[in-house]
Amino acid sequence: MQRIIYFLIRNKDFILFLSLLTISLSINISYNEYNKSKFFNSSNSLFSSLYNTKLTISKYFNLEYQNQLLAEENRNLRFQIYNSRNFQIEESDFDKINFNVTSASVIKNSYSYSNNFITIDVGEKDSIEIDNGVISSLGVVGIIDKISPNYSRFISILNTNFLLNAKFKKSNYFGILSWNGTNINKVQLKDVPKQANVSIGDTIVTGGNSLIFPKGILIGYVDSFKLDNSENYLELEINLATDMTNIENLYVLKNNNIKEINSLDE
Amino acid sequence: MSKIVSNIILALILILSQGLFFNNINFLGSINPFIYIFFIAYFPLKNNRSFFIFCAFIFGLIIDIFSDTHAIHAAATLTIAFLRPYFLKLYFGMAYEHQVVKFNSIELRQNLFYLLSIILIHHLILFGMETFDISKISLVIKNTFNTAIFTLIAIYILFELIIKRAK
Repeated sequence: MQRIIYFLIRNKDFILFLSLLTISLSINISYNEYNKSKFFNSSNSLFSSLYNTKLTISKYFNLEYQNQLLAEENRNLRFQIYNSRNFQIEESDFDKINFNVTSASVIKNSYSYSNNFITIDVGEKDSIEIDNGVISSLGVVGIIDKISPNYSRFISILNTNFLLNAKFKKSNYFGILSWNGTNINKVQLKDVPKQANVSIGDTIVTGGNSLIFPKGILIGYVDSFKLDNSENYLELEINLATDMTNIENLYVLKNNNIKEINSLDE
Repeated sequence: MSKIVSNIILALILILSQGLFFNNINFLGSINPFIYIFFIAYFPLKNNRSFFIFCAFIFGLIIDIFSDTHAIHAAATLTIAFLRPYFLKLYFGMAYEHQVVKFNSIELRQNLFYLLSIILIHHLILFGMETFDISKISLVIKNTFNTAIFTLIAIYILFELIIKRAK
């Protein structure tokens, strides 16, 4: 007995090291699945207020580019309004709106890890919910996974856990969009049937199979494609439409029909 | 007493500058130097080892919360804190055992090798746990070496500014 105690005392540093290492490994493994991290995220109040202070200083350096993006988007929206037949929305139509849109700005961006999360400045008070979609004016950027009263965090499209249903703009062949963690400008589209008539430069948009995004939001353009190991499906490299290193003004999309649709599956 | 206070201030400055500035450098796409290793590398030599290991763990956890990662910085920082005495013994030999090593008067070559080895181990654990996929080992090694070069340069500049000046 004395020997055991003596052994423990002599190796106390090693035991301390091992136990702390086990703690951090278990944190890493259990939180690797998203939607789970309660404690380790920068949307809690102290850290987000720090990031907010930093943002107020640093956002001035990027104003010109962001203005240009917004002006371009305004031009597109006006084009759509003037070209649609009934461009005036009636008051009573608001009950039937499928997607609520909330504008948000990025507090903290990240793209240097293989599991990236981005924090934005809207939260529960702006009626944001978990699993809402996030888009920029150029295309899809992520899905909300964690909310606090004033802030929320979303899984970036540049996250190896991110999965999304995507299809071709010109046909209805669809596949699963994911990221392999190597190039921050390219994502991969897998499980596309071989008979899909792919050519380089084709536009990839969101498919209607997901309740998170409406059908037809831009994701990117085909860069290259090859047959996968089973030789039945194509694997495509997609150039992202959005420059993930330079995002600031985003929109959060909330599907109002999600409860009704989900109730059918129960 | 003043030494304890100055070390706590140094830790806070390192955490804030890592979280708010050095995590956003993204040189050549995605390279960010991890300058906070400076705190572990040049922590005072006369210390209680258990306390030092525990400190390093907490220090890493705070960096983790800042970077939205899951205890990977904690594990990497913890490991280099635990291995530090062995590296000191390896590079400074008898001088370390007789407790006459002083950081502000060590040779350049010894210092660089010492720094490089703890940076490499830190980055290997960091990127290994972050990717957590044995099939992407080449990506891990590539990231480790790319980032290690910049971390080494950044920490050596800090060394010249803070420790050499204090001499």
